[in-house]
Amino acid sequence: MPIDFLYPNYEVVRDQSRCITCRVCERQCANNVHHLDKELNTMFSDESKCVNCHRCVSLCPTRALKIVKTDHTFKENANWTGEAIADVYRQAGTGGVLLASMGNPKPYPIYWDKMLINASQVTNPSIDPLREPMETKTFLGQKPSKIERDENGKLITKYKTPQLELSVPIMFSAMSYGSISYNAHESLARAASELKTFYNTGEGGLHKDFYRYGKNTIVQVASGRFGVHKGFLESCAAIEIKIGQGAKPGIGGHLPGTKIVGDISKTRMIPVGTDAISPAPHHDIYSIEDLRQLVFSLKEATEYKKPVIVKIAAVHNVAAIASGIARSGADIIAIDGYRGGTGAAPTRIRDNVGIPIELALASVDKRLRDEGIRGNVSVVIGGSIRNSADIVKAIALGADAVYIGTSALLALGCHLCRSCQSGKCNWGIATQRPELVRRLNPEIGYKRLVNLVTAWEHEIKEMMGGMGINSIEALRGNRLMLRGIGLNEKELSILGIKHAGE
Amino acid sequence: MRLEGFEHIPSGCAISGIFSKAGNRFNGEDIIKSIAVMHDRSNGLGGGFAAYGIYPQYKDFYAFHIFYDSVTAKEETENYINSMYEVVSMEKIPTRKVKAITDEPIIWRYFVKPMAVIEAEKQLDEDEFVVRSVMYVNSEIDGAYIFSSGKNMGVFKAVGFPEDVGVYYKLEDYEAYCWTAHGRYPTNTPGWWGGAHPFAMLDNSVVHNGEISSYDANRRYIEMFGYKCSLLTDTEAITYIIDYLVRKQGLTHEEAAQVIAAPFWETIDSKEPEEREKLTYLRNSFASLLVTGPFSILLGFTGGLMALNDRLKLRSMVIGEKQDKVYIASEEDSIRIIEPNLERVYSPKGGEAVIVRLNEGVEV
Repeated sequence: MPIDFLYPNYEVVRDQSRCITCRVCERQCANNVHHLDKELNTMFSDESKCVNCHRCVSLCPTRALKIVKTDHTFKENANWTGEAIADVYRQAGTGGVLLASMGNPKPYPIYWDKMLINASQVTNPSIDPLREPMETKTFLGQKPSKIERDENGKLITKYKTPQLELSVPIMFSAMSYGSISYNAHESLARAASELKTFYNTGEGGLHKDFYRYGKNTIVQVASGRFGVHKGFLESCAAIEIKIGQGAKPGIGGHLPGTKIVGDISKTRMIPVGTDAISPAPHHDIYSIEDLRQLVFSLKEATEYKKPVIVKIAAVHNVAAIASGIARSGADIIAIDGYRGGTGAAPTRIRDNVGIPIELALASVDKRLRDEGIRGNVSVVIGGSIRNSADIVKAIALGADAVYIGTSALLALGCHLCRSCQSGKCNWGIATQRPELVRRLNPEIGYKRLVNLVTAWEHEIKEMMGGMGINSIEALRGNRLMLRGIGLNEKELSILGIKHAGE
Repeated sequence: MRLEGFEHIPSGCAISGIFSKAGNRFNGEDIIKSIAVMHDRSNGLGGGFAAYGIYPQYKDFYAFHIFYDSVTAKEETENYINSMYEVVSMEKIPTRKVKAITDEPIIWRYFVKPMAVIEAEKQLDEDEFVVRSVMYVNSEIDGAYIFSSGKNMGVFKAVGFPEDVGVYYKLEDYEAYCWTAHGRYPTNTPGWWGGAHPFAMLDNSVVHNGEISSYDANRRYIEMFGYKCSLLTDTEAITYIIDYLVRKQGLTHEEAAQVIAAPFWETIDSKEPEEREKLTYLRNSFASLLVTGPFSILLGFTGGLMALNDRLKLRSMVIGEKQDKVYIASEEDSIRIIEPNLERVYSPKGGEAVIVRLNEGVEV
């Protein structure tokens, strides 16, 4: 139908004077954008298939390619934008739900960018991390409310459930084997192990090759219970119950049968080619008391040797929910903001459901303190941590540690083209096609992840030193170290910070 | 300008302390002389003293020292105290006119004991009962401020240079086995008497020099346990942290010091396994009570005195010893002025708590 024709958003611009028809672009593009016209001996491209992932641009040896936003336009309309019109055409044509991936790209406020960090001047010396110890080690887990001593008066130093020890307060967030490739998983696992932190299996089980990274692995138990068995639970350092995800709060997940191939089918413990559908709720958790039972079932099953994390999406009443979780026996609460990534989500949900992680974190931390139960749980947040300054701000607002997903994938080569759902990731990350997966070399991938976290750690230490703080725990919840910029009274009061200049 | 309690106010300072391990009591002249040497470390916006063993005749009673802004506040507070406590004695705290000390509030003291019936009804032990009353008066009664609430000890403080404050309160008339003193150099204060140091809760008194960078992390954590940091000063937060760790959690002073100025992980990891586990447990369990940034504090408590520096030793602190006396001060000169012939002089390391106690068998 002509109505359904949509002019491509991006155009492939080829400088023919530079092109040497080496056909690298053609071989690299899983979307078949490029082709050679043999008679003319000229490369042409079909931009309607282009997802703007930059694979061809990055590999073109003569820098002959670039991708530009098209200047083709509908008649300007501030309300009916080109995107809004196109979505209607698509749905009128197909009757389907719009699908998207990665985090919410809409221009909502980014509160990280509206907070500024303090530094010492005169009354208090700043500390040079190159000369003095600067500590970023963090323990996650329930803290005792009362110390105990043995009959000789000696402190009893054993915790009810072990604590997770992180050398830096940064972990890799849940991304399942299936939604991302074997090589991506291997890169994350090896990086976590080298960095002395943790990565998360997501809901999809754990490939047998990766059991050896167990002490740096968090395994996930989600509503589909895919890949969950005794060995899986025992393989890890901690167990995460996934209730929700920031990119799609309130709904489940769907890994199409086409991705359930070979090892993925084995790891998920479902037949090859069947769709892996995770229900929206856990069907054994319809209320908070049910959550408590699942927490303790998992603890019983692992003899109280593994801390339990409960992960929720940041939604309107997140503070009350977190308070319930803090009393459920869970050791750690993970909160995922509405900008958190995903391998596939309904577009409307991704773009309209949930709240910013900055506000969710501030209100959860405050609520737990108001109720005197902040020590019951550690708080880990994710949902678009883009750099080390975001982390410093998150910790000052009250987080114990952060999860990074999108930034980790960017380190592996993701160009945020937001087409994961197609399964044709040219960078070898969100795909199961062997010829694409091979493009991600885990040897290089893990080093890039280590580099990223190490660089951020250096920056965190510099900022801490500037504030005269030499240990990360003294930054946690230290909201006087933050000031708002361009925020209204209500936003400042939710964030619990003063405005710059105050 | 807003009063203390509305802004977090950093300040630099001078501190000094004298302790007799034999429990010999001596008047306030020496401590005034000592703190006066460090005149330039204060700016006249606050000075004060804590003295232990000064009320032997009332040693089983809590001594409340209270500032009142008005007669109404005094009446309201006294009605409150009378409804909760047996009051065995009350009087205006004796002072003398000093030119440099102005804008005096009404200053009274009361020797009290919680009424047994009310205490039982509230199911609180005596100390907790007193803490809650102090918090109540200080936050709820406008113009009243209880600045000292321990047994057989007292705090004396004002806006002014410490040597003037000592003369003002006639400290030569009190005899204590332990004195601490403070001269304040706040960078931003309206000059409120309650904001001067020492800061005290029950028999714990803290004088502090420094500006802690962990303030809001500490404050927001300690407030979970019923403390209200109404002054928003570092010293107040440190006092509550110590009260929480020692009185409520039952840690020793040594253990509390290992929380507040916890050793670096590198140091902890180099210890023998048992010690390592203990230090890790303390640091991790009370992680939010780690205090960073420069500080030197003197904590007075019944029968003892603890000196503690931050982990990097970003503030000076010197200790001198002569016979039964221990002298601790920001600067050595303020020790030498009262005891030129010291047997030992040393500077404790960063994070190393020095705790002196009365010799065994000494009663005060």
